[in-house]
Amino acid sequence: MALDRWIGLILLGLFVAYGYAAWFTMDAELAPFMQRNPIWPSTFPKVLSIMGIICALIIVSGIEKGEIKIGDIDYRRLGDYHLIPALLLLVLMVAYAVFLRPAGFLFSTSAFLIVGSVILGERRWILMIIVAAIATGVVWYLVQVVLGIYLRPLPGFLGG
Amino acid sequence: MLEGILIGLQTALSIQNILMVIGGCLIGTFIGMLPGLGPMSIISIMIPVAISMGDPAAALILLAGVYYGAIFGGSTSSILLNAPGVAGTVASSFDGYPMARQGKAGKALTIAAIASFCGGTIGAILLMIFAPMLSSVALLFHSAEYFALMVVGLSAIAAFAGTGQVAKAIMMTLLGLIMATVGEGALFNMPRFTMGVMDLQSGFGFITLAMAMFALPEALFLVLNPGRSADGASGEIKDLRITRAEARSIAPVIGRQSLQGFFIGVLPGAGATIASFLGYAVERNIAPKHEQDEFGKGSIKGLAAPETANNAACTGSFVPLLTLGIPGSGTTAILLGALIALNVTPGPRLMLDDPQIFWAVIISMYIGNLVLLILNLPLIPYIAKILSVPRTFLIPFILFFTLMGAYIGQNNATELLMLVGFGVCATILRFADYPLAPLLIGFILGGMMENNFSRSMQLYDGISFVWERPMTLGLLVIAALLVILPSYRNRRARARADGVADGD
Repeated sequence: MALDRWIGLILLGLFVAYGYAAWFTMDAELAPFMQRNPIWPSTFPKVLSIMGIICALIIVSGIEKGEIKIGDIDYRRLGDYHLIPALLLLVLMVAYAVFLRPAGFLFSTSAFLIVGSVILGERRWILMIIVAAIATGVVWYLVQVVLGIYLRPLPGFLGG
Repeated sequence: MLEGILIGLQTALSIQNILMVIGGCLIGTFIGMLPGLGPMSIISIMIPVAISMGDPAAALILLAGVYYGAIFGGSTSSILLNAPGVAGTVASSFDGYPMARQGKAGKALTIAAIASFCGGTIGAILLMIFAPMLSSVALLFHSAEYFALMVVGLSAIAAFAGTGQVAKAIMMTLLGLIMATVGEGALFNMPRFTMGVMDLQSGFGFITLAMAMFALPEALFLVLNPGRSADGASGEIKDLRITRAEARSIAPVIGRQSLQGFFIGVLPGAGATIASFLGYAVERNIAPKHEQDEFGKGSIKGLAAPETANNAACTGSFVPLLTLGIPGSGTTAILLGALIALNVTPGPRLMLDDPQIFWAVIISMYIGNLVLLILNLPLIPYIAKILSVPRTFLIPFILFFTLMGAYIGQNNATELLMLVGFGVCATILRFADYPLAPLLIGFILGGMMENNFSRSMQLYDGISFVWERPMTLGLLVIAALLVILPSYRNRRARARADGVADGD
């Protein structure tokens, strides 16, 4: 079974769970006066869930035959691509999300830009540090001063 | 209308807004030139900036400038490198790149700029004529018709904009609609489908979703497959002039394609991409025999046609957005999301309630086109230098800007985790050739669609509005036909060349 049908199957599960919530559990919380309304909070989701399940079934069953096209990336040969840097960058983004507040904007952003370049194979350390420092400073100034959105600049223990 | 134009001029010609247009065009050109980053990614990165400015007119002017700039930048990279940054400029590389290889890169860029300018300007004039007309018709619409109209829009997008399989596109649209129901709706003060998670109380963030659907997968694809962006800008760009004879030969092409492109752009789902391919095909077919052979080998007509058509189509796609509040393409959907975030509801009332926004946007389209012609053209040789920025620096910055965009919008670190999560899902969906634009359009229209549906249900005390209102029924029948007649999809021009961002 090709990837698109597997995805269809996963989405089918999602639609079924969504439909179950819409048809069977949601209406229990409905206040009595609202039950006289012709429209309930669950009405629209009920319609969507049925249409979604029909669509997913069409895809899973493979009724709609489309020619197999290889897009920009052929997932069957995923190993041939630069998978490790891509995964490392994703991990780096998660780390950035976790450390942004505790470590402060200036530190986490410079670190993100430098480590990101290193993952992609850059080794000109001085250039990287200069670029990251300038970019971090400029973005912080723009966001904090020009746009007026607070970003904690320094780590918490430095009183940032 | 004259009064409106004057209001628009007054707003658009303030120093701040002129700077917005210039800035937007420059940023758009810069980023649009990078292979793989389409207007949708650029606009979603720019939205947090636009929203935090707080002035809807300025924000929309900035974003429209970015949009034009991105299309122009995309044609630059397809001419110089044969690496179109945007699906809408793939057709420009058919004749633009051969011209550049013959040493006529400067001339090709000038033709592209002039063709874009004319396409954009004529498009803006047509927009000025048609938008008020459509607006006055749209004022007759009730919530039932709006609901039906959105169904038509979404089906058209699924039928035309999918990557070939209608069921997949419809499923993505439904997924978008379902995601829109998460959180507290406007009509019912009760949280739905939040699974008890506090962060979902207000629903998914639209900026986060836009970034995760477009910018993040593009960046990951660049990492996974570095070879897809061709390297090596071809040195010097000189001799930007075109001769009088050349101008005379492309003038009729520009005239025809401005009209054709505009009307294709107005249709939901058919955007700049289809307009440019169709424009190229039509011009080749009606050209005299000896010129037909030139197409594909560096014909100036073959370059002018798609360039005019894609810019006119971009302008055309603003018609449904500004008059009906229904976006016809991924890009206008993102613009719609930005407008809603700024407390402006586009639709037929926009012209009456906020005429300064409506007209300022149209006037700024002229200014944007002028800026692209006067400012960008001489700067192109320098701007093209960005093509030589090493990707080891480029990609971390793209990722950083997506993160920043999601963070600024919500000021919440959980949003960043959601961004990464959705980004991974979106990348996997792209592996399997699922179109992502319908998902985002469904997500943005979902709330409005449910509100209109609910209002008509309440007014008619049930579903009877579907058959009691002939216009609603008619629109819904059209929507059904659009989905059932998939033969249309075979005619759709396909733009799946390497290094091309999805959508327009």
